Amino acid sequence: MISVRDLRKHYQVHKRPPGLKAALRSVIHRTYTSVKAVDGISFEIKPGERVGFLGPNGAGKTTTLKVLSGLLHPSSGEVRVDGHVPRHREDAFLKKIMLVMGQKQQLLWDLPPAETFELNRAIYDVPRAQYKQTLDELVTLLELEELIGKPARQLSLGERMKCELAAALIHRPKVLFLDEPTIGLDVSMQATMRTFIKSYNERNGATLILTSHYMDDVAALCPRVIVIDKGLLSYDGGLDALVQRVRPEKRVVLRLNQAVAADSLAPLGKVVTHDNVTAVLQVPQDAVNATVSRALSSLPVQDLTVENAPLEEVMSELFAESKARREKVGA
Amino acid sequence: MSARSTLRALPTLLRIGVSEAVAYRAEMFVWVLSTTMPLIMMALWTAVAREAPVGPYGSQDFVRYFLAAFVVRQLTGAWAAWMINYEVRQGTLAMRLLRPISPLWSYAAENIGAMPMRLFVVVPVAIFAVSTVGWKSVPETAWGWVFFLVSLFGAWLITFLVNVAIGTLSLYMESSTKLMDVWLALFFVCSGYLYPVDLFPPVWRTLIDWLPFRYQIGLPVELMTNAHGFGDALALLGRQWLWVGLLLVISLGLWNRGLKRFAAFGG
Ligand SMILES: Nc1ncnc2c1ncn2[C@@H]1O[C@H](COP(=O)(O)OP(=O)(O)O)[C@@H](O)[C@H]1O
Ligand SMILES: [Mg+2]
Repeated sequence: MISVRDLRKHYQVHKRPPGLKAALRSVIHRTYTSVKAVDGISFEIKPGERVGFLGPNGAGKTTTLKVLSGLLHPSSGEVRVDGHVPRHREDAFLKKIMLVMGQKQQLLWDLPPAETFELNRAIYDVPRAQYKQTLDELVTLLELEELIGKPARQLSLGERMKCELAAALIHRPKVLFLDEPTIGLDVSMQATMRTFIKSYNERNGATLILTSHYMDDVAALCPRVIVIDKGLLSYDGGLDALVQRVRPEKRVVLRLNQAVAADSLAPLGKVVTHDNVTAVLQVPQDAVNATVSRALSSLPVQDLTVENAPLEEVMSELFAESKARREKVGA
Repeated sequence: MSARSTLRALPTLLRIGVSEAVAYRAEMFVWVLSTTMPLIMMALWTAVAREAPVGPYGSQDFVRYFLAAFVVRQLTGAWAAWMINYEVRQGTLAMRLLRPISPLWSYAAENIGAMPMRLFVVVPVAIFAVSTVGWKSVPETAWGWVFFLVSLFGAWLITFLVNVAIGTLSLYMESSTKLMDVWLALFFVCSGYLYPVDLFPPVWRTLIDWLPFRYQIGLPVELMTNAHGFGDALALLGRQWLWVGLLLVISLGLWNRGLKRFAAFGG
């Protein structure tokens, strides 16, 4: 469905030197520096897959999505989306895809979302009957009934985002690019969006690429993740396998009946946190069983759970790792 | 998008343009207040003409001319340059480019969609003109009406296309709205907005006739007030539409190149 081979996107940034004379000279002779936003990445995505793009700020995620949706021309490399070359922006291509950006809106600001939906119906030439069916479904699933008649500017951020998503789906895109779709939303609204996005993917067999700051989004939605860092692909595979690789240790979380001294915890494993009656230990995977039974026998345990390290932590470790690696190569 | 599906989408685009104009009615009336220059000019020139006619214009002619100028300005307004400039800065142009229709259609529909609202201002002014300075304030013949309406559309197209060209320049440079200010200054001087173009000395007159500005205001005003016979009117319309054609080529050329550059360099 999507195939990307050795994609590079280098932005040309006009460097304006300080000082009037230099500025005047630069009008005639412009000097550009090149920002390597994406620097040679390759991947394939099958129809119906849900893939999460992970990477720190400035990694090149948005740039990649913009190339995939035809807004930016690649500097080099080959990109195909359902057989189309995105940069040609053929109608047939544009009618198959949609890019939703959490920070850019398409809703008409002073009109009710219903008007934007209607506009998109006309622009995408959606047959009336299909439009009605799609709209009914979106209104029900996203609970938009009360919202679509109010001017968009009067909606809260979460309400507006739901309407943005609905507007983006009027033409039932087969390929959906979501760039930080839940940014700034509260936890329950994030969950609503997630559930809906998943059900859209399942009902329509749509292919989906998602970027998000919230690891929960990615964990809930994407069986596969692609990690991009400084324009390079540093991981492509299952989320669980990624966690395994970066942080093979497990966490044993203890809730205790009474406070215990720190030295009674230390022999069990690496103490991550410890306050009074709760403690978190980090232990290698193969030592989990032993640790659990020792904890149960030696400590006043009320409750015990075994967990993976939080995703956020796994990611920051991953990025720190690759940064260190880069610096070593550089030196 | 294919011509047929564009045509099918157009009524909806226009209807939504009208809804937006209704939502923005307060802003529109503020804008109308800022376009009362012809009325001030009318007071000025009729006072001058009270002593003796200025060229072919007596007091009554000036009243007729400037009321028509006010009407024409209302019905030929376009602000796509500011829209494009804003959307380039905000990055929302990208959202429009995702859709299978040229953003230019949306800008045009939005600008034209404002016209019905403006009729609420224009019609009373036209009625006032007829009742004070007579039926010569509006075209007296059927062909006169046709020519007048064609010239209005031509004038709007020139204004809109220049807006597109200047707006597109914001893809190349930081301050394309400064350029718009320059254009507007020339427009005020050369278009017949502040005085009829036949008051220019003959040498200047030739130049003015070749520039696009007078086809934005002067020509529709003259056609509205029955200033030309059939043959002259037709010749002037021909020149106006020559400008429409030329600007169509220039604006679309700039636009397409600008977008390519936008996509190639970053955006
Ligand atoms: N239009 C642009 N012009 C120049 N540089 C840009 C532009 N857009 C993004 N960049 C740079 O490219 C890099 C990747 O940006 P982006 O793709 O937005 O990253 P992400 O979405 O992963 O945060 C960053 O260093 C960013 O500053
Ligand atoms: Mg981004």
